[in-house]
Amino acid sequence: MITEIGHFALTLTFFVALLQSTVPLIGAHINHYGLMAFARLAAVTQFFLLTGSFCALIHAFVTSDFTLRLVVLNSHSLKPMLYKVSGTWGNHEGSMLLWVLILSLFGACAAWFGQNLTDSFRARALAVQGAIGFAFISFILFTSNPFERMAYPPFDGQDLNPLLQDPGLAFHPPFLYLGYVGLSMAFSFAVAALIEGRVDAAWARWVRPWTLAAWIFLTIGIALGSWWAYYELGWGGFWFWDPVENASFMPWLLTIALLHSAIVVEKRESLKSWTILLAILAFGFSLIGTFIVRSGVLTSVHAFANDPDRGQVILGILAFFVGGALTLYAIRAPKMQSQGVFSIESRETALILNNILLAVSAFVVFVGTIWPLVAEMMFDRKLSVGPPFFNLAFTPLMIVLGIILPVGAILPWKRGKVGRSISKLRGAFVAALAFAGLAWAMQSGKSLQAPVGLFLGTWLVFGAVTDLLSRIGKSWGFLRLCRLPRADWGKSLAHSGLGVTMFAIAGMMAWSQEDIRVVMPDDNWSVGQFDLTLTDVRAVRGPNYQANVADIILSQNGATITMLNPEKRFYTVAKMPTTEAGIDYRLFRDVYIVLGDRQDNGGWTVRTYIKPLASWIWAGAMIMALGGLLSLSDRRLRLGAGIGRPDPITKVTPAE
Amino acid sequence: MRVLLIVVFALFAFPGFAVEPNEIIADEGLEARARVISKGLRCPVCQNESIDESSASLAADLRMLVRERLIAGDSDEEVFDFVVRRYGEFVLLAPSTSGANIVLWIAAPAMLWIGLMFGIFFIRSRSKFAGHKQDRPLDSSEKAELEKILNR
Repeated sequence: MITEIGHFALTLTFFVALLQSTVPLIGAHINHYGLMAFARLAAVTQFFLLTGSFCALIHAFVTSDFTLRLVVLNSHSLKPMLYKVSGTWGNHEGSMLLWVLILSLFGACAAWFGQNLTDSFRARALAVQGAIGFAFISFILFTSNPFERMAYPPFDGQDLNPLLQDPGLAFHPPFLYLGYVGLSMAFSFAVAALIEGRVDAAWARWVRPWTLAAWIFLTIGIALGSWWAYYELGWGGFWFWDPVENASFMPWLLTIALLHSAIVVEKRESLKSWTILLAILAFGFSLIGTFIVRSGVLTSVHAFANDPDRGQVILGILAFFVGGALTLYAIRAPKMQSQGVFSIESRETALILNNILLAVSAFVVFVGTIWPLVAEMMFDRKLSVGPPFFNLAFTPLMIVLGIILPVGAILPWKRGKVGRSISKLRGAFVAALAFAGLAWAMQSGKSLQAPVGLFLGTWLVFGAVTDLLSRIGKSWGFLRLCRLPRADWGKSLAHSGLGVTMFAIAGMMAWSQEDIRVVMPDDNWSVGQFDLTLTDVRAVRGPNYQANVADIILSQNGATITMLNPEKRFYTVAKMPTTEAGIDYRLFRDVYIVLGDRQDNGGWTVRTYIKPLASWIWAGAMIMALGGLLSLSDRRLRLGAGIGRPDPITKVTPAE
Repeated sequence: MRVLLIVVFALFAFPGFAVEPNEIIADEGLEARARVISKGLRCPVCQNESIDESSASLAADLRMLVRERLIAGDSDEEVFDFVVRRYGEFVLLAPSTSGANIVLWIAAPAMLWIGLMFGIFFIRSRSKFAGHKQDRPLDSSEKAELEKILNR
């Protein structure tokens, strides 16, 4: 019964979204207030209906309702409760439903918190939002219906893919979707602005908090996914340049470009049409990501998309929205004149450079990702584009970005002197050189990786500190520092987060150690400065798996640090083995141990890695996200700030 | 999206072991070269893993093949060529620059150059006005707006 209500709610949303995408547009066109106000009602209704629908699906998973095909394919009665819930979105149909639910959440938020928007603008933006929702709800209903019943329900399900039975599944996809789908707000705002033919500082101020929120979620989502892969896949890698990862990375890069160019629109009334284009492209790439992941054209065969028809439908949706928006853009963009003027040495120039570098890096990732497809279709060549290409083509752009960032961040608007800004950064430069020199002296080889990475990381962090201190002028004081706008703090934090991540990636890649060997119980071995002892390998039975668990004592200079328990599991229903690494997380390094197969002589294969600075890769990403959050909480951007205060103009009393 | 990545790995390569202890050769110099080469070769039956990371049996065979060629005295180039002759250019994770692939390799520098040209053109057009003190005069609708505010 609950399932039918969920299915019905989804079908009803289909019609609500259809109305939401048309009625407010007509209202805005003929300036009819009631029709425009319908947008808010529809957006909120859509959100509640989809919430009900999604809850019904969760209910089916939690109660193991094996009359639903989706539950049979992705669940099992013995599966732990956490994974019954998160398993709802660990498959194509359920994750699509989560996708549209989040889309409607953003629409509802715009309806609730968008009081500072004009009526016609809000109506148009919500109509675009409704149209996206309509397209994807039709996609779900007609090609991937999660509520499909089985004619002959089996006694039990086929279990969720064991690799997904991890707390990571509970958090990573929802955050990622909040980011992906949040970009639809920037898109809707851009299209609404194109329809109205008006882009100004107010528009930039409206679009910024939504884009910033989407970017924060995307950052957290990507970082969580990278950390999940690090501890789950069993070889300690954190980024693989896989098409599926690139699909989330391209919108992330473009969103950063958009956030920076929107500042120029807001403060200087310049770069308007470019900012609109970025808003369209950022969401466009998020749709391309959806296509790449669900069509299966690039990873050729995989579990989410064994049906090529789905890929065609998504491609159609992509072509309609991005094509439509770009056509509108081509008609309207020439009217958007830049107002602000600035000299060559100015913050504006630095931000344009930032945008060029970020857009080109997104382009590089895009070309590398689709090239195998292009080569096969047009030149009949089956080839691969892997990490060596991306490292070579992408890294230089990031190095240049890292070098100019602190200088650009400290340059004044409109007219500045590069020389003066650089001289402010002398301290940061010396510190960065010192770290690079240290890295160079410490290592034996002639690799530039660590020195360059450490230089950039330190340069960015100290540059951000210099920027913050220069804001309070000559008299240093803790109180003055606290009173700086939160946006300034957010900017410095986000920039230093990037520095921390660069520092950590360079350190980890340059100084990792690895050891592979067969170990007998009670054997000792040492890797780097650590000593390890395998005391026992026990057979353990989990709720839906059997496992071998090793007890390995990690010690240094005779003092025991901890006991690590890497596992090798076998999931009996899915008939699949997984590894659970034993990791000792510390501030400056991780010790990462993986247990392998039992050998004929009674020994066990054990891989030991020492990963310096590993945790800082994700800590840096979290610092970036925190910076975004601080910036979002700035009074200037707070949703509804200034509302309710009397209009200063009306308060002026005539002089007596 | 990582979910999907993991699904891919799950379907085509059981997670676990890449290089096995018994594959490692005694000569440390050759072993180090073998590891570097392995990281640049894609496992033909897995979806997106190098043979160094994969635990598929074909990947293990390829790792042994690379080591055999190195022991036989091949240079790194010769090992790559040998594997490509057998399995096609699909196995190269860094695509060659031959034929149409040149487009892939010059795409980034070309785009950067185009971007910089546009950027410089725009910045110069903006900064040309920067010298002028006078601002753009108000147009009629803006004048009307100003009147409205002043007369309130």
